[in-house]
Amino acid sequence: MKILVTCKRVPDTDQKIHVKEDGGGIDDSNLAYVLNPFDAIAVEEALRIREEYQTNDEIQIVAVGVGVADYESELRTALAMGADRAILVESTAIMDPWTVANTIAAVVARESPDLVLMGKQAVDDDANQTGQFLAALLQWPQATFASNIRFGGLGLQVARETDQGIEEIEVPLPAVVTADLRLNEPRYASLPSILKARKKEIEIIAHADLQVDADPKLEVLSMKSEISQRSCVMLDNVNSLIEIIRP
Amino acid sequence: MKTLVITESDESDIRLGSLSAIAFAQSLPEAQLDTLCVADVFGENPTADSHAAVIAAAVNQKSYELVVAAATTYAKDVVARAAGLCGGSMASDVISHRFDGDQLLLDRPMFAGAVTATVTLSSIPRFITVRASAYNPVERSIVDNLNSLDTESLDVDYSDVPCAHWKSLASRASHRPDVTEAKIVVSGGRAFKSTEDFERLVGGLADGLGGAAGSSRALVDAGITPNDLQVGQTGKIVAPDIYIALGISGAVQHLAGMKNSKTIIAVNTDPDAPIFSVADFGLVGDVYEVVPQLIAELNG
Repeated sequence: MKILVTCKRVPDTDQKIHVKEDGGGIDDSNLAYVLNPFDAIAVEEALRIREEYQTNDEIQIVAVGVGVADYESELRTALAMGADRAILVESTAIMDPWTVANTIAAVVARESPDLVLMGKQAVDDDANQTGQFLAALLQWPQATFASNIRFGGLGLQVARETDQGIEEIEVPLPAVVTADLRLNEPRYASLPSILKARKKEIEIIAHADLQVDADPKLEVLSMKSEISQRSCVMLDNVNSLIEIIRP
Repeated sequence: MKTLVITESDESDIRLGSLSAIAFAQSLPEAQLDTLCVADVFGENPTADSHAAVIAAAVNQKSYELVVAAATTYAKDVVARAAGLCGGSMASDVISHRFDGDQLLLDRPMFAGAVTATVTLSSIPRFITVRASAYNPVERSIVDNLNSLDTESLDVDYSDVPCAHWKSLASRASHRPDVTEAKIVVSGGRAFKSTEDFERLVGGLADGLGGAAGSSRALVDAGITPNDLQVGQTGKIVAPDIYIALGISGAVQHLAGMKNSKTIIAVNTDPDAPIFSVADFGLVGDVYEVVPQLIAELNG
């Protein structure tokens, strides 16, 4: 069995994001980057599936990134956590969820995984599209916003977080599953595994070699920072608060 | 513009978010709207795989140029898959729009709301989900005058549709409105130590004000509140008339879900809590002392 896990490189969420003066994008000169937190949850889930279900049939975990050469750092994070190997589809082009999904679909065609695990969204563009696009392109079933995954029944039993509560669905494999916050808490890689990960293989594929025939559909024209304009009036006592909220 | 609005219903009534999606669609020039509530015509196996196939068939066979829905978990799941079946031209969570000549410009938040990006979609059909709190809903009576798509005439080939199977929905029974549909939202954070305390204090104040009860991520993670109460970047996005944050420190992910509320009131023991930076009124205090006084006053 093979599990493909996608890994996006995003600015660390602990930093303030500033837009460049010309509005042409974010100022990335001093940004620290991390593995997208939702993708880290997806990697962790793949590891837990391997720990719980591996028998004589080996479960192989392949981390995939699509982007610039610096993605190596986030793929090394996935390898240090325990992924077996990694693939970087290298490109400096501006991509949208559609081009990324098409690129990952091309990797799926080469790797033939039984399961693709992804974060439900990347915390930079907050699009929440790539997993659904990929499932559509592959004509695979999808289970988005997963908070629990078990093997059983037709393939996987997945609990999903919806606006109305927790939904249970059964998904035959192969399938695309996207991870929500409460699926697990990702482990920190130990120093020995970080060192070991440096020796693991990262296969680099030039994006052009995959012959992905998809142009971006979403163009970002400009950005601006959102700064709170509010000033807070501090109240002295509960009675003043009651005056404000009383219907 | 030939437009299909994907609606959702709550038992028999259309959801408020869908009325906001209709408001967005109607504001576009030469709008020709049809509505489709997929669950109403295809209820047996409500999975994204099957619902997206119905929407894609409708788009392809009826030549819709635009598909619109409110950015709920349903649309994020189903409409995004339908967009993937129809060329991947999609903008999520749109909060405002305007035209530059013929070009439709869409504003959408990124980086947990720290940035607003102006985007365009280059190809048709376009798929747009709108943030319900950003568009005033149309009157319910308008819906009766809209054309509901005739699905009898659709030819959906289910042989190509993968077969995820719906099993169950554990929906909480609550007498309170949903956080996205209430004019007043009272939310609780880490300060609350148990489900009972949350229910008594946050729930009690919400009931006193006729509002909804919401929650920060911390309480959902701790199992104190159910997931569908979570307000934030990855939970529900709300913009009520009054948002009362009780014992919530104000992580950026939480602020992303509520900072556009009209009036924000925060109660926290820490005077430096970031929640005060987005609030209109603040009170430094312990929610276990403050909230019982508020409830007593309101009921008294």
